[in-house]
Amino acid sequence: MATAATVHAHAPQGFIRKYIFSLDHKVIGIQYFFLAITAVFVGMFLSLLMRIHLVWPAANLPLVGEIKPETYLTLLTMHGTIMVFFVLTTAPQGGFGNYFLPIQIGAPDMAFPVLNMLSFWTTFVAFVCIIAAFFVSGGAPLHGWTGYPPLSALQSAGPGEGLGADLWITSIAIFCLASLMGALNFLTTTLDMRAKGMTMMRMPLTVWSWFITAILGLLAFGVLLSAGILLLMDRNLGTSFYVPLVVVNGQIMQHKGGSPLLWQHLFWFFGHPEVYIAILPGMGVTSQILSTFSRKPIFGYKAMVYAMLGIGFLGFMVWGHHMFMSGMSPYSAFAFSLLTMCIGVPSAIKTFNWLGTMYKARIRFQTPMLYAIGFVSLFVSGGLSGPFLAQPVLDIQLHDTYFVVGHFHLIMGVAAIFGMFAATYYWVPKMFGRMMNETWGRVHFFLTLLGTYAIFMPMHYLGIAGGTRRYSQYTEVAYLTKLMPLHQFMTYAAIITIGAQFIFVINLFWTMFKGPKASDNPWEATTLEWTTATPPPHDNFGGVTPVVYHGPYEYGVPGAAKDYVMQTDPVSVPAAH
Amino acid sequence: MGLALLVVIWLITLVSTYFFVAKTWWLPVGASAAAGFIDGQFTLTLVLMGIVFLAAQLSLGYFAWRYREQPSSPPVSYSHGNVKLEVVWTVLTTVLFIGLNLMGSSVWAAQRFDAAGPGAVQVEVTGMQFAWYFRYPGPDGRYGGTSVKLMDPSAGGEAAVGLNTSDPAAKDDVVTGTMYLPVDREVDLSLRSVDVIHSFFVPSLRFKQDAVPGLNIHMHFKPTAIGEYEIACAELCGLGHYKMHGMVHVVSQEDFDKWLAAREAEKQ
Repeated sequence: MATAATVHAHAPQGFIRKYIFSLDHKVIGIQYFFLAITAVFVGMFLSLLMRIHLVWPAANLPLVGEIKPETYLTLLTMHGTIMVFFVLTTAPQGGFGNYFLPIQIGAPDMAFPVLNMLSFWTTFVAFVCIIAAFFVSGGAPLHGWTGYPPLSALQSAGPGEGLGADLWITSIAIFCLASLMGALNFLTTTLDMRAKGMTMMRMPLTVWSWFITAILGLLAFGVLLSAGILLLMDRNLGTSFYVPLVVVNGQIMQHKGGSPLLWQHLFWFFGHPEVYIAILPGMGVTSQILSTFSRKPIFGYKAMVYAMLGIGFLGFMVWGHHMFMSGMSPYSAFAFSLLTMCIGVPSAIKTFNWLGTMYKARIRFQTPMLYAIGFVSLFVSGGLSGPFLAQPVLDIQLHDTYFVVGHFHLIMGVAAIFGMFAATYYWVPKMFGRMMNETWGRVHFFLTLLGTYAIFMPMHYLGIAGGTRRYSQYTEVAYLTKLMPLHQFMTYAAIITIGAQFIFVINLFWTMFKGPKASDNPWEATTLEWTTATPPPHDNFGGVTPVVYHGPYEYGVPGAAKDYVMQTDPVSVPAAH
Repeated sequence: MGLALLVVIWLITLVSTYFFVAKTWWLPVGASAAAGFIDGQFTLTLVLMGIVFLAAQLSLGYFAWRYREQPSSPPVSYSHGNVKLEVVWTVLTTVLFIGLNLMGSSVWAAQRFDAAGPGAVQVEVTGMQFAWYFRYPGPDGRYGGTSVKLMDPSAGGEAAVGLNTSDPAAKDDVVTGTMYLPVDREVDLSLRSVDVIHSFFVPSLRFKQDAVPGLNIHMHFKPTAIGEYEIACAELCGLGHYKMHGMVHVVSQEDFDKWLAAREAEKQ
């Protein structure tokens, strides 16, 4: 495209244009990546405080002091919001997607570089805004990341529901704007800027996953933005979209006729696709890495593409399964439940194909592969609790218990994070030109895999026994007090697992400055990012426009000179079927 | 490395499965008519998902070890997939998931599509930050009117739910902080909230329903065993969410009648 070509005639030289307000998708990708790393440490620290408070409620912590019940609710609200928006949405799509989507399709940059820069800095403002909520009078809100009104709409409903709650919803609205800009850019780039020969059905599955995620983002974030604006109006302008006539602390509120369920419908219309926004890029990168390190073509490429499209499509029709106990019509629960079960089918296809890829392979176990295998394991474990929760009749017992917390942490939390770790170990050599340390990578992997299972698997047992979530203490209800030994075990597991993450951070920063130099294609992979220099030049391919001859995963081709055929290699390979 | 993965993945799988099978932490003993159906559906789902869980995890660990790269490994099988297998797999999962769903749905329909039958005990549940109140309509079988203008949570009892004492139908209404129910009789529950969303959750009765301000939600269930059962609020409702606790006393019809008569007598 003309715009991209003009912008990229010369790389900018000044520090500010090169590293701060850069138009280069690679720099912006790295900016998103480090924003997400900052956010994940904030979010993880909050979860550590939560786990400590649950087990030692009277503990007087250095810097933090004693955690009160309302502080606990603040921690869970901010943990959820920061993790969902600024980690799970930011790193896989904004970070790795930004950096590698243009390179993997053979483009010199994103379609709209200025918009790309704008979307990063808008995300940054949203992050500053949400962190600010901790420091205003009354503190951060306590209404949970789902922010159900009337609790989230009324200043007098609890501490933190004043300015903190306004900052919370404003931050989310700003984040929505940034994500809409990003989604438009991803879609245009994928559709318009593919190199010669890069047909849609030759795109790496990573590109498909970013593309489908962008479609979901475009359709979902607009709805959340509108919902957020309505909530801000209810809070500050006296409207009553979500609030009926209510009495809080004996005071009649100045609202009438609103519907608390309206927010839930709008929120989950965004919220469910958001789950797939978090996990789809992980599926893409897992497919890419499993194929590369199995030295085999991905099993069922087309089925993988259709499965992701199916997941994306169905993902918009299942939001009501979050609302079976909400007072929504029991008849609609029927339909939402059936559609939710259907979404298990493409998910099962993906798992089957990942196993098929490893079958009769020659597997190499570098750290990216360990994380990809970990992703599959967690995806299975987290996915299979879905069919329990999809049934309204079982939700009667399981809704709003730790069973749900275990389910979504395994699948959209930890599995998605394993996708990010896989991507980090896989692409850092290309991004920074240096190899990460393998030994520490393996130690980090095994500690994290065992640790996350030790934290989140017991949550299922807790939930089955009726363990309610979002309780700051389990002292008031006798049957919940009996479940405390499980909580203690989970807290110890969390402390160890969180400690293990420092191995990763040290490895990452050590690699960036001191790691051994990486070659252009250290994993012997086939996609376009491995055909260019390490790290890639400003226009990605050093003035050359790549031409693509094959699909993305030609490994172990019979009769080929090496066990892999690059996408740009003009030799012929047997036709895929 | 392949062996390490096999050991770790199998270990995680078998330990996780052990606690589901041993039922170390499990559903509380069911004390309502629906408990049998719900627990049965839960067990069926658990067995089916458990089989898939074991099959997928154990093969993942096995493949990692079996197909690790060795000098002696044969060349990989160069394949882009197998359409027949994909179709078989897709059809099997579809049948499994949809079948499971339809079985569970019949129970859901029985629970939630129909109203309570005649002769059900009427109880109104009101949630507020951070307490539950229970109202019985008394001998006239009619609830008296309530008004937000009359609500005084700090006073508790009738004043907390805003009962309009000048309404003749309210004269015999009984408002309590503890729920009493007769055993083996259907309960026609009417759920309200005065401030934010709460959720009325009684694990032993396999009952949960949100109480939403602005809505009056009707539900029914039938307790089948005499005993005391804990109520835990299941929807985040503010800083005291964790202590929004209550008790359901399921007693014989005779004891229930005596208890209600005593409350009526106190009121006069």
